[in-house]
Amino acid sequence: MENENVKISTKNVNLYYGENHALKDINLDIKTNRITAFIGPSGCGKSTYLKSLNRMNDLVPGCRITGSFLLDGEDIYADGVDTNVLRRRIGMVFQKPNPFPMSIYDNVAYGPRVHGIKSKAKLDRIVEESLIGAAVFDEVKDRLHKSALSLSGGQQQRVCIARAIAVQPEVILMDEPTSALDPVSTLKIEELMNTIKDKYTVAIVTHNMQQAARISDYTAFFLVGEMVEYGKTDDIFSRPKDKRTEDYITGRFG
Amino acid sequence: MEKASEYAATPAVKPKAASSIRSRRSGLTGIAERAMKYLFTLCGVTAVACVLMITIYMIISGAPAIGKIGILDFLFGDTWYAKNEQFGILPMILTSIFGTLGAILIGVPVGLFTAIFLAELAPKALKNIVKPAVELLAGIPSVIYGLLGAMLIKPLMYDLEEMIFANDPTHKFTGGANLASAIIVLAIMILPTIINISENAISAVPNEYREASYGLGSTKIQTIFKVVIPAAKSGIASGVVLGVGRAIGEAMAIILVAGNSANMPSLFSSVKFLTTGVVAEFAYSSGLHREALFGIGLVLFVFIMIINLVLNGILKSGKKKEAKAKK
Amino acid sequence: MTKNDTQNSLCKKHIRISDIILKALIFLCSAVVVAMTLGMIIYIAVKGMEGMSWTFLSTPAFSYPYENYGVLGNIINTLYLVVITLLVATPIGVGAAIYLTEYAKQGRLTKIIEFTTETLSGIPSIIYGLFGSVFFYNIFKLNYSILAGALTLSIMVLPTIIRTTQEAIKTVPLGYREGAIGLGAPKWHMIRTVVLPSCIDGILTSVILSIGRIVGESAALIFTAGIASELTSFDSIADVFTKVLNQGGSLTVQLYQYAQRGGSEMKYAFSTALVLLVTVLIINICAKLVAYRVRKKRS
Repeated sequence: MENENVKISTKNVNLYYGENHALKDINLDIKTNRITAFIGPSGCGKSTYLKSLNRMNDLVPGCRITGSFLLDGEDIYADGVDTNVLRRRIGMVFQKPNPFPMSIYDNVAYGPRVHGIKSKAKLDRIVEESLIGAAVFDEVKDRLHKSALSLSGGQQQRVCIARAIAVQPEVILMDEPTSALDPVSTLKIEELMNTIKDKYTVAIVTHNMQQAARISDYTAFFLVGEMVEYGKTDDIFSRPKDKRTEDYITGRFG
Repeated sequence: MEKASEYAATPAVKPKAASSIRSRRSGLTGIAERAMKYLFTLCGVTAVACVLMITIYMIISGAPAIGKIGILDFLFGDTWYAKNEQFGILPMILTSIFGTLGAILIGVPVGLFTAIFLAELAPKALKNIVKPAVELLAGIPSVIYGLLGAMLIKPLMYDLEEMIFANDPTHKFTGGANLASAIIVLAIMILPTIINISENAISAVPNEYREASYGLGSTKIQTIFKVVIPAAKSGIASGVVLGVGRAIGEAMAIILVAGNSANMPSLFSSVKFLTTGVVAEFAYSSGLHREALFGIGLVLFVFIMIINLVLNGILKSGKKKEAKAKK
Repeated sequence: MTKNDTQNSLCKKHIRISDIILKALIFLCSAVVVAMTLGMIIYIAVKGMEGMSWTFLSTPAFSYPYENYGVLGNIINTLYLVVITLLVATPIGVGAAIYLTEYAKQGRLTKIIEFTTETLSGIPSIIYGLFGSVFFYNIFKLNYSILAGALTLSIMVLPTIIRTTQEAIKTVPLGYREGAIGLGAPKWHMIRTVVLPSCIDGILTSVILSIGRIVGESAALIFTAGIASELTSFDSIADVFTKVLNQGGSLTVQLYQYAQRGGSEMKYAFSTALVLLVTVLIINICAKLVAYRVRKKRS
């Protein structure tokens, strides 16, 4: 592989929900400033894996994780890790647009405020930059103080992306960010992802293989808790090494 | 008849078939069906009739006294002295308002924090202790609160009173039967209302909001106070309004601790609430005095109606918001 | 390349003072609520046992010359109140709930009924008491009597019964109804055979909740059912019925009288409180059992 830096490195990852062995021995390195896509049929563990990267699984009762997760060489699951700092560095965009029931401005300013920024001027600047970064500023600039719930689904999702960007994370995790959206909004968000990868490392879970092929640099294929194959997106889609990967991307199952 | 057509869901192709569907409803079953419908309708409007009757009777029995005394003298007169036919209820109105405010001031924070504990922080085992405790608190009859107030809170407040006014020769000692005691009893009484309604409102906040907040690196407490509580605010507000309604209408819990003289409200003076005034004097009242007590009832009724309207407004705006969010 | 400056290090714990304070307040308030409840119960139990005896439970209190302290008369009065109130309010309340969920079209009348039901539940008991004291005297020429008290309470518990039953009816699966209607069953038949049987637990819950309210009520009863605590002698069957036209103070009213007179009678106030508390506990447990049964049935 080319001379690329590893942002998050995971080794021998196993995850259990109670008795259920949901992730089996995953070894995967996410590269800096690249888009890495996780594909696979529903229930294959790709979302679970994604959520373990910023420890959102901590909130699930009965969830047990082993293995090593390193963010820039630092152990994510070490004792004494402040998950709040971790999640500020590894942001997240969810499947269903979930803006808070507040104004657009307050949504985007939420993160910075939580992390202690109080100056109005500073917040104004962050909100504007984030909304521009999420390619939604022009559509909402006249109604920043209206409820974010009044926006369309696609706009809501971009506001959520702006909200994630506003805390200046290093990595953005996206859990099927377009699955609840119409094709036009999906296209806008895909374009957006291409522009933000210069600044951020992006990991995205998607159901949609074309989407993975269009936008990602690397692709990992998951199947029933195992990572079957991981490599450059072009290689995965044109020269899959594993039979199961080939079956999946050619639409023979899933 | 119209019911029959309602369930003949598909439009009749042949008119004859339609009429045969209709005809089946004649005879005994038909009569029973119709009779039951009217009976249920009657039951349904009973509630309406009750509210109408209560309103009418409160006005009929309360208005004459207000007319005789004069509405301004009644509402704003500052002396209540039945023997001299002086019926000014301003002290009682103010006592009821301040008493309720005081109870809200204490009860809402305590109740809200407990609701947060139950909905967001409590491990299951603890929740199984706190929740039944709150349910029990809700079920305890109000006279028992009064009894406990008289035995436990009154002496405590008396000690406090003696400490504060030790060097004040002008202070009229109440023996602990004062507004402060009443406020504490009321605050405890409204706790279950506030806790239950706030807990439901907090639990109803969708989990996505919490996830989004955690995803941005905020702590659990930040999430609760900056996202969850604001999202649940209309539910919490309706809990507070219901609490206000309970506090302003409560009589038996405070009659034993409030002291029962119609003074202007201050924390350590003996006071009469609108409610306790009625209960304390009703039995021996007659003539204009009794009519004036019904006048007090009418004033209280108007207060409650205003509170109900406010509550209805809050619930409606909350529903509107929800509908919007769903869109 | 790893940037491990202190600001970004994962392991640097950020101590948020406001978080700690708020968390402490949350735990403190919850602890206060629990401690208070437990304290109240224990206090009543201990104090109540002082005056508690078989004589206390099995003899009535005489209003004059105050030489016997008992609650049997009040227990009987309370039972009367519970039974009559439920006999009046349950059919009307269930009927209203059926009307609202099965017959009424979503329209103005439904809205008015729902609004008035809300209003009824917000009216304080003292207003019910005042209303009852004039209304039932004017209409039925009823003086202070158990019947007047029970009728007043019937209006008071109506919202509880309507709402709880309504909730229960709403949970009856649509499929059941469609099944019955699909077979050509007329509406009342459908309600009787399908809807009511499957929400009987809901109705039971509403009845239990109402019993709780009736047993605990005092302000609405003083001016309607009165304060008498004597035992009526049941010489003939007719006496069982004519008793409802006599005054009859409930347990709560008796408690209030004992507490008002104070002094040595205070301990009997606590004994009465203990009787009430045990009743409330039993009612709570019954409500829990019904709820448990419902959950078990559903799953």
